Amino acid sequence: MPISFTPTEEQQMIVNTVRQLATDEVREVYRDCEESGEIADDVVNTAWELGLIATGIPEEMGGLGGELSALTGSLAAEELAWGDLAIAMKVLCPALVAIPLIEMGTEEQKKNYLPAFCEEKYKAATAALMEPRFDFNPLELATTAKLDGGDYVLNGEKCYVPLAAEADVMLVYATDNGGTQGFIVEKGARGLEIAEREKNMGIRALPTYELTLKDCRVPKENRLGGDAGCDYSRILNRSRVALSAMAVGVARASFEYARDYAKDRQAFGEPIASRQAIAFMIAENAIEVDAMRMMTWEAAWRLDRKEDATKEASLCKMYADDMVLLVTDRGVQILGGHGYIREHPVELWLRNGRGFATFHGMAMV
Amino acid sequence: MIDFELSPEEQAIIDRAHEDSVRLYRPIARYYDEHEHESPDEFIDTMWAKRGEGGLFGLGVTAALRIEETCWGDAGLMLVSPGPGLGGAAVMATGTPEQRERFLTRFNEGNPKWGAMAMTEPGCGSDTSAIQTTAVRDGDEWVLNGEKIFVTWGKRVIEQDGIVTVWATVDKSAGRAGMKSFVVESGTPGMKLEKVEHKLGIRASDTTTVIFEDCRIPFENILGSPEVRKIDKTKTEGFKKAMATFDATRPIVAAMALGVGRAALDFVKETLEKEGIEIRYGLPRNKLTSLERDVMEMEAHYKAAKMLMMRAVWMMSQLLPNSIESSMAKAKAGLAVTKITQKAVELLGPLGYSRKNLVEKWMRDGKINDIFEGTGQINMLVVARRVLDYSRDQLK
Repeated sequence: MPISFTPTEEQQMIVNTVRQLATDEVREVYRDCEESGEIADDVVNTAWELGLIATGIPEEMGGLGGELSALTGSLAAEELAWGDLAIAMKVLCPALVAIPLIEMGTEEQKKNYLPAFCEEKYKAATAALMEPRFDFNPLELATTAKLDGGDYVLNGEKCYVPLAAEADVMLVYATDNGGTQGFIVEKGARGLEIAEREKNMGIRALPTYELTLKDCRVPKENRLGGDAGCDYSRILNRSRVALSAMAVGVARASFEYARDYAKDRQAFGEPIASRQAIAFMIAENAIEVDAMRMMTWEAAWRLDRKEDATKEASLCKMYADDMVLLVTDRGVQILGGHGYIREHPVELWLRNGRGFATFHGMAMV
Repeated sequence: MIDFELSPEEQAIIDRAHEDSVRLYRPIARYYDEHEHESPDEFIDTMWAKRGEGGLFGLGVTAALRIEETCWGDAGLMLVSPGPGLGGAAVMATGTPEQRERFLTRFNEGNPKWGAMAMTEPGCGSDTSAIQTTAVRDGDEWVLNGEKIFVTWGKRVIEQDGIVTVWATVDKSAGRAGMKSFVVESGTPGMKLEKVEHKLGIRASDTTTVIFEDCRIPFENILGSPEVRKIDKTKTEGFKKAMATFDATRPIVAAMALGVGRAALDFVKETLEKEGIEIRYGLPRNKLTSLERDVMEMEAHYKAAKMLMMRAVWMMSQLLPNSIESSMAKAKAGLAVTKITQKAVELLGPLGYSRKNLVEKWMRDGKINDIFEGTGQINMLVVARRVLDYSRDQLK
């Protein structure tokens, strides 16, 4: 195929559908969700009906047997996050379990857990990767897994686990014999203690939790990929791409809002957008949103070709982390005092935008 | 389908360009930086002999990537290479088929030739609508009068062979609508070389002042329509056509910028590698050293600019309107190369500042990309107007 920047017809259809949903449904409720800290089931179920996750699940597990494309996933994730980041993260949260299982799970694991994601109603599932310390490094997890007879024994502390309290199943990442592996832990497992809901700067509608694993035993068969284990690096890369795509969505939301505001807001007898000081910020926002998006596409494209995209995915996330902050900060700046007030959503996007550099493994496409 | 893969043939073209850069550009890059205004005749002959391998301003992503490779070799030498250049790009973008035939065939035959563009004047740079050079019709001829500065290849065209595309007004009272472009061939009386500039960088490339004094050219040498449409102020076709040339050339300048930026980036990475310093991709930022963060940021900005450049060129090759994308690519790449090369000097310390290495030269060379073919600021203005859907009057 020659170089091209045009999504396939099918991808464009998905983009259009998700954009419609984001506009009609998500944007209708996102502010209330943020204030109340709760996401209404309706909007999640409506988004769930699009089958974004079921599409990539094999037919014999009840899915549509489609291609599990990181690129297509990125296109959808941008649109959803444009609607709202917390809602996007909740809707796509089950992918944190579904995607690693589809790509790396044993037949048994797929059969046991994938059919649940093909049902009509939303099914919460999640992953526990981050750990509560300032120098957290996803490549050196302090949480450990030790084989003891027929079980793995998990010990450690996790944080930023979205939907931990309601998830029926979660993947816990832990250091196992020098490497990092995933372990399927079911709701109510003994030794799994879910703490109080976390209070975060942004994504306030999304419940996230700290949790502790105290000699939490899971059967040996629950290690992701069984004896073969998992490709942790690929899991991280798919997550980096997903978070980057979401950062594009958040940045675009703020860029568009500030652009429209600047054309409307009058000062000294003309719209503030007719001053270069404002107009250039908007122009740079437009450039960076496009650049972020295309870097995300390129990293996703590499993942779809089964390349080791660690460098591209890391650079793309780093860039997206920086730019989403820059763009959403400008969103507040362009609105000035009005941007600081919660009547306008730009302050929410700045709070959400700041989160990305601290997020690891919290979303997946 | 979104795809970033080059075909093996395309990759081979780029690989060949890279080999040429290593073999033909790099070894003489420093010499012609230090011997400004000396002519690299042998290099020019070699490049002229190789001209079939892809035009300077050919369409398509491969051509752009090839230019990036060449500027990785040396941007100054790339700019002295013979070919249709900017003048030819204007003929391609705005000329009739007859004019293309008449003015561009020469670039495939005989001795080395260059295609220069004469737009900037002492009194106007980015504001090209303020051009003072006049073109007055006299029977079957146009008579050009005025002074043009910053003409790349001006010396080559006047002393050797080629064409100059000159911007002039046929009616000062008509403003932008009166702006037209004309092709002047080598050897036309009244076209004189006034001065060759001394520059910060790209010193292998001659930047000249050219004077037109009662310079007579055939009537048919006007590009586009000779008509001045005064009645409808929104129809400033002549000017718009001039600007259409930029849609084609700006992504190319972005590609040039990327070549220089990558040269600096590669040098930094090679130096670190020799010292056994590894860039640990995949670590969170608060675990990286400041050096790693700097290098990764340089790479990320390079990549961002590259994606914007590739999109703009790809759109052009698909014949899609690409004004905003061209300006986005140019603005971003100009800024990126400036930052990357400046950072490279800093990171390498004494190795970066020393003229023993090429890094300091790349910093000087790279800067031009944020200036010519429209400064970064002018390109921002173009992007801002498009994004805001504002006219020139609404956003000055």
